[in-house]
Amino acid sequence: MEGFDPVGAIVGGALIGASAALLLLLNGRIAGISGILGELLARPIAKTGWRIAFLSGLVLAPLAYSSFGGHLATVTVGASFPLLVLAGLLVGFGARLGSGCTSGHGVCGIGRGSPRSLVATATFMAVAVATVFVTRHLIGP
Amino acid sequence: MSGIASAFAVGLLFGLGLLVSGMADPAKVIGFLDVTGRWDPSLAFVMAAAVAVSAVGYQFARRRGRPVLADRLEIPTRRDLDPRLLAGAAIFGLGWGLAGLCPGPALTILTVVPAEAATFVAAMVAGMLLFRLVPAAEPRTVPTGGADA
Repeated sequence: MEGFDPVGAIVGGALIGASAALLLLLNGRIAGISGILGELLARPIAKTGWRIAFLSGLVLAPLAYSSFGGHLATVTVGASFPLLVLAGLLVGFGARLGSGCTSGHGVCGIGRGSPRSLVATATFMAVAVATVFVTRHLIGP
Repeated sequence: MSGIASAFAVGLLFGLGLLVSGMADPAKVIGFLDVTGRWDPSLAFVMAAAVAVSAVGYQFARRRGRPVLADRLEIPTRRDLDPRLLAGAAIFGLGWGLAGLCPGPALTILTVVPAEAATFVAAMVAGMLLFRLVPAAEPRTVPTGGADA
């Protein structure tokens, strides 16, 4: 239960959900990060403007947060650089092959009751839990 | 133009949500995935709140019919399960579990831990480019131009 912060989790989660809702209400789009980024890399390139704008907002969020007086919590990346490369490759490829990631399937997809997103989310959650079990408790530190 | 501005503001909001919720911290994500260790259930609350709010927004958007700043709602319509979905989700889950990073948080912490995040994002982009080498699925999966879930 170390570091458990239910208030921050619920407030932050509500902000994420509000963002997903607003992107749909305003732009008519699903807030799936891997889809938004991936379509910029796809051929033929899809409409780019709103995608670049959305991703820019995401990248600038820490600066906005700090300038609003928010205290940035610590961000700890435990993975080594080679592991980050491997993990990044798997995340990028897997998200495209599986048509979505934590945001597109886990938040937006489940939010609209998509059976594909439910199954995808259950799958990547289960595999991620198994992966952490293996790396942390079987072969890990 | 206003669609660009709204997308930027909404992206900013998404990133703020990731930061406030703690999901932008890979150590916290690993803490959630580590169910047999010192389990940190925070992420379940993040997901539950996010799903609840996005579900309300989805119902509202559907009822309204047309988005405020665009011509139509672009919502995925497929409901069938296929091997690609399962294989992709499994590969994604493996990568997510290895580093505790998924696409949104990785982009959000680019300015916080630049070396680590940029390494992951570069590899993630490479993985997405590698996906282009995969032959397209059967014609029934009509590309929806970004309405990917």
